[in-house]
Amino acid sequence: MAARLFKGAEYLITEATKDDVFTPEDFTEEQRQIAHTADQFVRDDVTPVLDRLEHQEPGLSAALMRKAGEAGLLMIDAPEAYGGLALDKATSMLAAERMGAAGAFSVSYAAHSGIGTLPLVYYGTEAQKDRYLSKLVTGEWSAAYCLTEPEAGSDALGGKTTATLTPDGKHYVLDGTKQFITNGSFADLFTVFARIDKKHFTAFLVERSTPGLTVGPEEKKLGIKGSSTTSVIFEGAQVPVENVLGEIGKGHKIAFNVLNVGRFKLGAAVTGAAKLAFRTGAAYANARKQFGVPIARFGAIQEKLADLTAGIFAAESLVYRLAGLIDDRLATIPKDTAGYYEAYQQGIEEYAIECAIAKVFCSEVLADVVDEVVQIHGGYGFIQEYPAEKYYRDERINRIFEGTNEINRLLVPGTILRRAMKGELPLQREAMKALEGLMTPSLDELDPSLPFAAERAVLGGLKKTFLVVSGAAVQRYAEGLKDEQEVLLALADVAIQIFAIESALLRAEKISPRLTESLRADAAAAVKVHTFAAVEKIAAAARRAAFYVAEGDTLTVLLGGIRRYTKYDATGLLPAKRRLAAAALESERYPL
Amino acid sequence: MPLKLLVTVKRVEDPESRIRARPDGTGIVTDGVNYKMNPFDEIAVEEALRLKEKHGGEVVVASIGGAAAMVELRAALAMGADRGLLVRHDGALDPGVGSALLQALVAQERPDLVLLGKQAIDDDQNQTGQMLAARLGWPQATFASKKESLESEAEQKKQPGVVLAADGGRALVVREVDGGVETLDVALPAVVTVDLRLNKPRFASLPGIMKAKKKEVREIPAASLGVELAPAVVVRRLFDPPRRQAGVKVADVAELWTRLHAEAKVL
Repeated sequence: MAARLFKGAEYLITEATKDDVFTPEDFTEEQRQIAHTADQFVRDDVTPVLDRLEHQEPGLSAALMRKAGEAGLLMIDAPEAYGGLALDKATSMLAAERMGAAGAFSVSYAAHSGIGTLPLVYYGTEAQKDRYLSKLVTGEWSAAYCLTEPEAGSDALGGKTTATLTPDGKHYVLDGTKQFITNGSFADLFTVFARIDKKHFTAFLVERSTPGLTVGPEEKKLGIKGSSTTSVIFEGAQVPVENVLGEIGKGHKIAFNVLNVGRFKLGAAVTGAAKLAFRTGAAYANARKQFGVPIARFGAIQEKLADLTAGIFAAESLVYRLAGLIDDRLATIPKDTAGYYEAYQQGIEEYAIECAIAKVFCSEVLADVVDEVVQIHGGYGFIQEYPAEKYYRDERINRIFEGTNEINRLLVPGTILRRAMKGELPLQREAMKALEGLMTPSLDELDPSLPFAAERAVLGGLKKTFLVVSGAAVQRYAEGLKDEQEVLLALADVAIQIFAIESALLRAEKISPRLTESLRADAAAAVKVHTFAAVEKIAAAARRAAFYVAEGDTLTVLLGGIRRYTKYDATGLLPAKRRLAAAALESERYPL
Repeated sequence: MPLKLLVTVKRVEDPESRIRARPDGTGIVTDGVNYKMNPFDEIAVEEALRLKEKHGGEVVVASIGGAAAMVELRAALAMGADRGLLVRHDGALDPGVGSALLQALVAQERPDLVLLGKQAIDDDQNQTGQMLAARLGWPQATFASKKESLESEAEQKKQPGVVLAADGGRALVVREVDGGVETLDVALPAVVTVDLRLNKPRFASLPGIMKAKKKEVREIPAASLGVELAPAVVVRRLFDPPRRQAGVKVADVAELWTRLHAEAKVL
């Protein structure tokens, strides 16, 4: 339990301490065992059949889902009354992370246990849960989530699927086409979004056997070929009125709230995938010889491994910090009350910004990892016999689904500004303070001998950078800022990187006293390497935003402020990189 | 007839960790080393669970070690064992002391069958089971295996490899010997040590892990068992094996012969 309960996006204006964050090192023995079970499942049941999955062997995904069910891996988020374990989000994310090493099946698993099952958990009636949930938690049935349509992707509410009540009032007739549906070919239960009378956006639970429901052929994809992606077509499909999920006309709430968890879970899963790909890269660097020595001896290769290690450390820190935030908030809700899931939803919605950040940041860490792992392999990275090629292709979708990284980026400053306008976040007051701070010389020098003094110092400045630049953007565009996407994207980059830097730093501060000297130095190196790269990104994004929103004297003041607030003393950067690389090469895996 | 089964669960270094000797030779560097249940013991736990599923009874898992060994006991409980015994002993242990402590546990628990891994993968001694049988004066069947492969239908159905006679008084144990397998017929109670090809251990399900939290584990101070705790075998020094020298390429058989004769002096 954290010392303080942070609100969503509050990290941008409040200084957090190490006691405010949950870290992977805080897992209990049971949670570690659960992770071990997920590892064993991936190793024993999934990895040996990955090739067969890749060739879409019929029935295999559903069989694996049942095996995952037997292992209890589908029970984590479901209430105990329906055969679930009602474990916390940290456990759910830990399992998702470990399943992230299961290649394409990781996507099937996430779709089933996340967006496929959670709408029913959160919004289902008792009768609906009785009927379906116990089947989903055992894997007897698989689940799919049908939101996207051919002409409604990012514009998720723009779907054309309709639902019309039959004259006898017993059924809704669904008509329309859903597209890119994960698990489409084998799912037994579909959560489908449609508009009743072309108006009221509503969710429905639709069984596969429903007459009028047909599943299209497998899409031929760039990656994750071992997962099923099909269209699902509804032609006069009659769905009993009891199968309306949640309230009529409130489907958008279900769609978006469930996506928050989906994004967060994706952040965890891609972190697991990144660790897997990293192992391959580190092992290859040791094995491959050029010029008579292993390429691992070369600084060019070492620097890649160091940068990737630091990125994965930040991704991990960020995901589990978010898990802790959500779990702490959810723990304040009294269980077994009528409004439990309503309050639960609000608890997650509070961190919609951090969920989007997790999705964007972690998927882009994975993108860096697979790209560099191919590069480390040189020509062999381009050859299908080596796993790097598949990791590279499988990664790409993560920056597209669960909301493209652009949609998620826009959501970050968009939501922050909306909350600020509603008075939920004292952004304006803090921005004014930061602006005033720009006019006065800096006095608060931190004792440089303290651990992480340089990181602490720059972190305060980075938050001020966000406040000053976003303040200038609001001044320039006021309400119209929501339509200035280039500006919003730049602000998003600043906000995302701040959360990542802070999460990695707080984790290192928290765990350092418990680590051996050598691991402590590794963690400090990871913080330094990551902070340096992220500060550079923040400075670039902030300058970009400054040029977008300001000119003349205002621009000069802004650029001066950015220069001052993004100064980071990264003395020892090269030894830090070499240290991380050595740790990675010795263990041939992500070393922290 | 329900069976009472006692199974050993030893905490050992995870072979995937990098194991190095400490420079002073007093042991291994434990920094960054992970621990796990001895894989042979894991197979013994699996066999015990299958026997219990077939015949009914109770599976008691036992470990000797520090407080940390609780993790491995919980792992065995999460697989499905009923309760645990942790003999608290922080000092060095050799098979003589280990088997004497187990003998004391057997006196308390009176199991029909004691199942052990044939050896622990830390120091690979392969003696504890045999010594325990000798101390108890019980029959022993070591290196238990089975005729069917691990991909066979019998394995898919999770049948135990140890076959009990109808009256429950005897057991047939298939064991690996050089060049094949032989079947032993032993009277119960007996000691069985298990080999690699006996079964494929299940992994703990999530409900199993949550249930294990509530299962009983009794801690027993080693000193309370009336056993001489000073090991007869003491490790004086531990060191890394010397690095292998690079090989050489020879042009032909004649050169090979010459070098084997003149340099390697093996011919």
